[in-house]
Amino acid sequence: MAIFDKFRPLARMRRELAESGIASIHVVMDRVVSATEAFINGRPVILAGTNNYLGLTFDPDCIEAACEAVRTLGTGTTGSRVANGSYAAHEQLERDLAAFFGKRGVIVFSTGYVANLGMLSTLAGPGDAFVIDADCHASIYDGVRLSGAEIFRFRHNDPEDLDKRLRRLGGRAENAIVVVEGIYSMWGDRAPLAEIAAVKRRYPGALLVVDEAHSLGVLGERGRGRAEEAGVEAEVDFVIGTFSKSLGAIGGYCASDHPELDLIRYANRPYIFTASPSPAIIASTRAALRILASRPELRERLWENSRRLYGRLERLGFRLGPEPSPIIAVRFAAREEAHAAWMRLMEHGVYVNLVLPPATPDGGSLLRCSVSAGHSPEQIERIGDAFQTLAA
Amino acid sequence: MEKTYEELLREVIALLAPLAPEGRTVGEETDFVADLEFDSLKVMGFVEKVEDRFDISVPLNLLPDIRTVRDFVVNLQRLLGER
Repeated sequence: MAIFDKFRPLARMRRELAESGIASIHVVMDRVVSATEAFINGRPVILAGTNNYLGLTFDPDCIEAACEAVRTLGTGTTGSRVANGSYAAHEQLERDLAAFFGKRGVIVFSTGYVANLGMLSTLAGPGDAFVIDADCHASIYDGVRLSGAEIFRFRHNDPEDLDKRLRRLGGRAENAIVVVEGIYSMWGDRAPLAEIAAVKRRYPGALLVVDEAHSLGVLGERGRGRAEEAGVEAEVDFVIGTFSKSLGAIGGYCASDHPELDLIRYANRPYIFTASPSPAIIASTRAALRILASRPELRERLWENSRRLYGRLERLGFRLGPEPSPIIAVRFAAREEAHAAWMRLMEHGVYVNLVLPPATPDGGSLLRCSVSAGHSPEQIERIGDAFQTLAA
Repeated sequence: MEKTYEELLREVIALLAPLAPEGRTVGEETDFVADLEFDSLKVMGFVEKVEDRFDISVPLNLLPDIRTVRDFVVNLQRLLGER
């Protein structure tokens, strides 16, 4: 087989999508005018597929902090922190995050993907075992693969199946790392984290990693995520997350009470060999974190919007994820049906994500909405109205 | 008592047969992708069935090297022997 032959199935899939008129994998926003509005193909649309949960991308304090950082520190760091040095702001953000989570230490990464890749590939090695939820994000799958450890999946959100997998490991369970997410990105469902933590407790030595990418700023009294909401923060060995959703920027973090975290930093190839986050990113993220911590009303508005849209779509008879959440996934049996629905929503000025197999967990096709605290009640109504045209 | 390769092969074929495209027979040389048109979802569905049937966990690391039913049964026999 020639080198490029392996791309033939992908080429065929792209051709089929193009022939059927599916253009949604190449959406270009001509102009973004607010956290919830943009122009696509010259037409105004409501953004309901952006993960911008708290609507902070246009927050004046975040913008001003980023502008000031560019003026005083420049546009980029041009290198890795290990080889080229940290900026004081990198360390300040790590201290801010450690204080926010109440954890001993934090490592900041350049993206959420790199956070998972770096932490998971460094934590374990040959002879160790990862036991991961089947619906985990690609960055988790890639991180555990890179580690060289053995990888086992357990059935999505099924603590009994996790228990079974750990039991089958026998003595090796003490070298096992369980990886789950706070909220899963496809269906918007939460991990049964108290039950998962209880299973982990039965296997001394096993560690628990929780990716709070979609739950930071969304769940918990202080917005710390699913572990806070489930009351098991002390049981979680490593909390991983991203700045690119609730915090409106780009970057990732890992927080932990384990003193070894700082050693992991210096063994972490994806961290060592990546350029560090730019000053503007660090500054806007610090400002966004202050807002997340001090304005719980944003979280309340997010949930009010989420429940309202979920309730409306449920009443319209759509097949949705199992519970109201800022991620509202609408399931369609056929790819063509999902695409036609996506096109219709665009015609009505609403942008959501079209997710097609193999990216979906069960082979179905999804329209995935992400709700924002920045959506006005009128925008939520208009998103619901657009979906109503599909149900009619 | 440990099962023989032939016994395991028969059991694996019985689990696979309902997942095969209509009209395809499953044998030792059957290729999961070329003959059964399995994608990653179907592979994982099949692996879960095997895991339940034999009360084992199959590491994902094994899967890239498995092309045929024979490859799968050889690895299954090894995993069962390691218990």
